[in-house]
Amino acid sequence: MKKIIFNFLTITLTAAALNFSRAQQAIDITTTINPFGEKPIPVSLDGFSGEVESVLKFDLYVQGFAFVTPDLAQYQISGSAGGNVTGSVTDKFAKKVILSRGYTGAALRREAHAFADDIVFAITGRKGIGQTKIAFKSQAADGTGEIYVSDFDGHDARAVTHDDAIVAAPAWVPGRLALYYTSYQPGNPDIFYHNLSTGRRSIISKFSGLNDSAAVSPDGSKVAMVLSKSGSPNVYVCNADGSDLKRLTTSEEDSSPCWSPNGEWICFATKIQSRRVLAKVPADGGRIQIVRTAGAPNPTEPDWSPDGKWIAFTSQTSEFDICVVPADGGASPVVLVPGQDPSWSANSRTLVFNRAIGYRQVLSVLDVFTKQAKDVARTSGSNSEAAWAR
Amino acid sequence: MIMNKMFYPLALALVAALATTGCKHGFTKVTPLPEGPSVVGPGTGPGLIPGGQMPTDTGPSTVQTGGGPTSEGDINGMIPDRAALAEQTVYFAFDSYVVKTKEHGKLVVVAEALKSDPNAKLLVEGNCDERGTEEYNRSLGEHRSLAAREGLAKLGIDPMRVFTRSYGKDKPADPGHDESAWSKNRRDDFVLLHPKP
Repeated sequence: MKKIIFNFLTITLTAAALNFSRAQQAIDITTTINPFGEKPIPVSLDGFSGEVESVLKFDLYVQGFAFVTPDLAQYQISGSAGGNVTGSVTDKFAKKVILSRGYTGAALRREAHAFADDIVFAITGRKGIGQTKIAFKSQAADGTGEIYVSDFDGHDARAVTHDDAIVAAPAWVPGRLALYYTSYQPGNPDIFYHNLSTGRRSIISKFSGLNDSAAVSPDGSKVAMVLSKSGSPNVYVCNADGSDLKRLTTSEEDSSPCWSPNGEWICFATKIQSRRVLAKVPADGGRIQIVRTAGAPNPTEPDWSPDGKWIAFTSQTSEFDICVVPADGGASPVVLVPGQDPSWSANSRTLVFNRAIGYRQVLSVLDVFTKQAKDVARTSGSNSEAAWAR
Repeated sequence: MIMNKMFYPLALALVAALATTGCKHGFTKVTPLPEGPSVVGPGTGPGLIPGGQMPTDTGPSTVQTGGGPTSEGDINGMIPDRAALAEQTVYFAFDSYVVKTKEHGKLVVVAEALKSDPNAKLLVEGNCDERGTEEYNRSLGEHRSLAAREGLAKLGIDPMRVFTRSYGKDKPADPGHDESAWSKNRRDDFVLLHPKP
């Protein structure tokens, strides 16, 4: 019982810490409470087998749960998968059943993901990631590849391009079944808008030189990207259809723009006197500000969390590391795990990224605050540049 | 503690009973799930579309470039000659887009080739070694090809005759994973473009 109470208190304290005001939070991270040392929530799982059990274990592990024997569990998850998934969650601390539900009408995998989402919500109050999608690129040894869309765990991957060309940097339109990405299919790297419902796509940017790294504003109306048409790779913004183009930066060399969730800022990787830094610029133009990442050298590939609190990015030393830093710059960056190109889930809790196995890349998902990570199902080739649907 | 010890087996037995009898009696709530793709949308939670409905879409349906020079127009009408300037590949230092002094002579040769054939144009392909993240390298590779174009402009070549293209780290000249390979991969390749006869 002591163990259970301790865990409960840890969770409560951490939750309270995360709800502090911005200024307080910055101090707490560096001095008193480290939100990245969160203890996984101990649960037991019984009654499931096969695919349903493996889906539940994967989904819960990468959302900060640990599997223990029933006597050590804070929550007991039970159920069955005979025909359809049914299950329940018993809170052993509060001594009550907090979830009891059945699922119908879909494949077992989908039902298991739905149950996992309900478990996560019942226990933590957070919306789960079990039924979300990712987009990514898969590349062959010759450099050519295709853009894919799959479940967040890598299953049910489907190629959405058939370009047999270098492809790069898929980005979702928020709330829509649509992507922007770069493809060399025309010869030059151009930016495509691809409506996945209709299958129709169009080129929205095909200037001379680089057209790359599209990032869609939270309201879907604007696209930030990197163009080199004026003589250096810089950040531009335009309407969703490519019209009303505006240059935002004149810096040395920019890459990988992303939006703040309020749509006011665009964060990107750039260089100052050949030194790599992260910076942000007002989305409607203005002065560039450095995002402090001292202690995490050579930052690139920023991604702003949907709750606005964090910027995840890649730091490069002798290897690549996934790092996060408070978006307000109030604390030093934290190195999480080896890997590249993080993308936040909609609930600002999990990152999808790629990591090297030999000279290939595989996708992995990471529960940021417990640092629990697992590789997702692989699509043949090297998988990278994942973007989480939001 | 006695209460707790008694409660758990009871609760477990109850849960187990519910689980085996299925949703008919034990489960008060059943969630019907739509078959087929679930995707994005703020409706019921992150990444979900409520009730399986597909999102309506009002995105662009026409190609719109916003004016300016386009990427392929002038290149696609021409015949690429990779051999003519194959010896002139310019190599770069790690993480640098500066054309080194000792590489400058190659730009002079490329400039001469363009001067002697006023109808020809040039594609400069910028490349990187595998160190560095993907889109960082795509920008760095572009910067390398732009640096060559700038160097050629200083030698009197109209920049409008020179196209740039970055392959990032996607087209290494040497597939190895050591400095010997990397030094060959940090490069600008020059492709002469002849008009169709």
